[in-house]
Amino acid sequence: MASSDSTATVHCSIVSAEQEIFSDQVEMVVATGTIGELGIFPGHTPLLTGVKPGPVRLKLVGGEEEVFFASGGFIEVQPTSITILADTALRANDIDEAAAAAAQNKAEQELADNRSDIDFGRVQADIQETAAMLRTIRKFRK
Amino acid sequence: MANAKELRKQIGSIKNTQKITSAMEMVAASKMRKAQERMARGRPYSDYMRTVIGHVANASPEYRHQFMVEREVRRIGYIIITTDKGLCGGLNINLLKTTLKDIKTWIDQEVEVDLCLIGNKGAQFFNNYGGNVVAASSHISETPAMADLIGSIKVMLNAFEEGTIDKIYLTNNVFVNTMIQEPTIRQLVPLDPEDDENLKNRWDYIYEPDARQLVEGLVTRFIESQVYQAVVENVACEQAAKMIAMKSATENAGDLVDELELIMNNARQAAITQELSEIVGGAAAV
Repeated sequence: MASSDSTATVHCSIVSAEQEIFSDQVEMVVATGTIGELGIFPGHTPLLTGVKPGPVRLKLVGGEEEVFFASGGFIEVQPTSITILADTALRANDIDEAAAAAAQNKAEQELADNRSDIDFGRVQADIQETAAMLRTIRKFRK
Repeated sequence: MANAKELRKQIGSIKNTQKITSAMEMVAASKMRKAQERMARGRPYSDYMRTVIGHVANASPEYRHQFMVEREVRRIGYIIITTDKGLCGGLNINLLKTTLKDIKTWIDQEVEVDLCLIGNKGAQFFNNYGGNVVAASSHISETPAMADLIGSIKVMLNAFEEGTIDKIYLTNNVFVNTMIQEPTIRQLVPLDPEDDENLKNRWDYIYEPDARQLVEGLVTRFIESQVYQAVVENVACEQAAKMIAMKSATENAGDLVDELELIMNNARQAAITQELSEIVGGAAAV
């Protein structure tokens, strides 16, 4: 699929359970898949993979970049469309850094307390998620 | 000619009812706005989910998950979503009628039917009507939590995995607009392939890391999202239908009051006329 300025584009949508956060033509998508970082160009072969908490970078038509944060979910790639079904998704610029840092501290504290009644898996998932959030902010915030 | 005092009492009681219905209309209208917002926010996710699942069902993978395999149908399951409270017009009855018609076509083919009921009204209905209810949950709040719904759905899914149920349908009202709510029946599992010519050729995904794990996760999420969205949508439908029903009840009460007032005035006027003519007649006699 070629657009008017002859660069190939692919339709990308990012939806979370709460809203559709992005839906437009893009030149490239970079996301964090279950087994590593993925760079997806238009015409990619069909791919189905999980998403790990981390940044999703979109190269928009015209070369601009937009960064989102996805906390997990699935990516479906078809040659002409990329769908990211995220559990929660945020624009990187909308992340509240202080709140994320506080959440991380709280989770780490919970883990350090070493009480028997905490859900170990959940706390660890929390830590991973907030860490990924903070990574996203620090790396890409302009 | 009706007694004026009696009429006045009747008018008073109708006016009281009218006050109640108009208050309910306003409550429903404000709840509907919120419910509609919630529904609109969740819709893209469940729509995209359905598209992706449609693609997945069209793929020809080396690993076919049991959710993707069409089996010979001997027993099917319906997840029926109704409201908890009444006073919302024909909403529930329309849905149940549509569902019953569908169920009947299966029964005619000697297929057995299991029911999973979400919402009080469906439970009441099938209590009287009969039917094999395997799970029911009611008193879902207006802001439903997935955790409240998962239990009863799990019963159905387990039955599917064990092979006792061969197909699961989800039936609920779909919110078209405030005036129209459409009863819909959709197939949940086995996954319904999307009708798309581009996808008909043999192809498959690259699965990272593992097809089984991914498809399982995706299908679970798909079912959760579909049922959740159906419940949220049903809440919006309920409030819309309630608003319309209460609006027409208020209008009807107004019409009734007008009619009764006319009769009452007639009666009063007749009484006055009669009295006058009696006085005049009496005076003439003297």
